[in-house]
Amino acid sequence: MTVETLLAQALKALVSGLTMGMVFGLVALGLTIIFGVMDIVNFAHGEFLMIGMYCGLLTYSGLGADPLFGLPIAAVVGFALGVGCYYGLVQFLLRGPMIAQLFGTFGLMLFLRNLALLIMGADPRGVHHGALVGKSFVMGPGIVVELTKLTAGIFSLLAFAAVWWLMNRTRIGLALTATALDGQAARYMGIPTEKMNAFAWGLGGTTVAVAGALLVNFWPVDPNVGLLFTMIAFTTVALGGFGSIPGAAFAGLIVGLLINLPPIWDAISAFSQWPILTAGEMHQFKYSFVYLAFFLIMVLRPRGLFGWKY
Amino acid sequence: MNRSENPILKLEDVWVRYGTAPVVQGVSLEIYPGETVSVVGSNGAGKSTLLKAIMGARAAYSGRIIFEGNQIQKKRTEEIVTTGIIYVPEDRRLFRPLSVEENLFLGAYALDDEERKQKNLEFVYDLFPVLHSRRFQATATMSGGEQQMVAIGRGLMSNPRLLMLDEPSLGLAPMLVDEVLDTVRKLRERGLTILLVEQNVREALEISDRGYILQTGRIAKHGSAKDLLESDEIRKAFLGM
Ligand SMILES: Nc1ncnc2c1ncn2[C@@H]1O[C@H](COP(=O)(O)OP(=O)(O)OP(=O)(O)O)[C@@H](O)[C@H]1O
Ligand SMILES: [Mg+2]
Repeated sequence: MTVETLLAQALKALVSGLTMGMVFGLVALGLTIIFGVMDIVNFAHGEFLMIGMYCGLLTYSGLGADPLFGLPIAAVVGFALGVGCYYGLVQFLLRGPMIAQLFGTFGLMLFLRNLALLIMGADPRGVHHGALVGKSFVMGPGIVVELTKLTAGIFSLLAFAAVWWLMNRTRIGLALTATALDGQAARYMGIPTEKMNAFAWGLGGTTVAVAGALLVNFWPVDPNVGLLFTMIAFTTVALGGFGSIPGAAFAGLIVGLLINLPPIWDAISAFSQWPILTAGEMHQFKYSFVYLAFFLIMVLRPRGLFGWKY
Repeated sequence: MNRSENPILKLEDVWVRYGTAPVVQGVSLEIYPGETVSVVGSNGAGKSTLLKAIMGARAAYSGRIIFEGNQIQKKRTEEIVTTGIIYVPEDRRLFRPLSVEENLFLGAYALDDEERKQKNLEFVYDLFPVLHSRRFQATATMSGGEQQMVAIGRGLMSNPRLLMLDEPSLGLAPMLVDEVLDTVRKLRERGLTILLVEQNVREALEISDRGYILQTGRIAKHGSAKDLLESDEIRKAFLGM
């Protein structure tokens, strides 16, 4: 391989890392919102994503429409799912001890996963046709970016902007922040904190389901797909700082770049004539870099990069 | 005082407990529109608990709490706020990372009218000019006195029909105590109905129409502020005479 092709590969990995990073950020956003408002960790977060992915898939395979039409459907389904889970389960968990909260959402995870298994079967399914599927965007000689990924990155960025605006420029956003900071004080202001909690779950469900509907354009879905994303989202949230929206975006980018490190590494090692690790080894360990970064952050800055509450 | 009016707030034999220990033991009390009423008593007498019960933050397990003719003791805190009672807690409970102005706007959450909000904001800045110059500062970084001003200002933002202040002078230097109580006096002169809980018994009664003395959860004595100031109980127990 020539230096040029390696360089092109590295650039492609960079773009892909940034776009995927935005999507990882969007996946983590709901988790951080929910945690920020009521200090509860949603272990079923990846399953919400899985449901969002099925929304996109079924729009395509069931309705015969372009998978992009799955986005609004996923948004609505995600909101209903979040609000439903809050009123059906989480509001009761919040009254219990910490351990009940952990096992409660863990149980929700198992339930949703097995429900999907029952309805959809175990086989991974993907989207094979669509306005974006299979098309790519040439950024330069040898630098080819899949349109599905690029669009997912851009839509994620827009979703972030929308949520940031909601949280910082609207009355309900300010009330949500107040609820996150001090629920009792928020009630003294006349803020219905139960409804705010439900809204936070709805918002979390919407964002992660939309991320799922974007993801399914290039990532096959099966009932167990949530696990990997839950782990990545936890890392992203911890990295960015619990409850921080810009933190989730920024940490998402870092995670995206880390996962796309191997091709960049290949280029560096080939370029420097000093192959420390061969490509194969690097690719096997690509998720370990994410956890290494997580470990370092926990040691050096436990409240995360943008932590504000703790 | 025109007593042909109905009381704006009426407590009938209210009991509140923590665990099994009754802390408020059969308190009855009335506040008429436009009055400033003080509830005084030593530490642990149950003053804050009483206010929290009115706010629905602590359940009254017996008795009735009636605000403008409606029973409110089963209502949620946020509903009680919407009916017009505002509680400024003794620990202030500001939203610390948020700015002065964000805190004030949160105080107006129960209000729908944007114009009113803006007017109230101007009113609060008139009352506490220092808050205007600090309006974008995070409240966590403000002095105790300024934080108390934000807490009171936030309480005024929603046009309360009854303002309950829980030890607004707590932890302030003597000069600031006078300033805060002077603010209460100003609010009283504007016709606001105020329930004031204070440790500074003399100063509180001097700006009140009537007062209640709370002792281990019971009303030991009540009457006009003037009578209370001259009574032996008050002079011995609180004024060191
Ligand atoms: N959360 C709680 N759990 C258990 N007991 C409590 C709690 N809050 C208050 N108490 C008890 O209830 C009693 C009354 O407390 P309260 O705070 O109402 O008194 P207070 O009159 O406001 O006193 P202070 O002047 O010190 O503010 C005290 O004996 C206190 O220990
Ligand atoms: Mg008290």
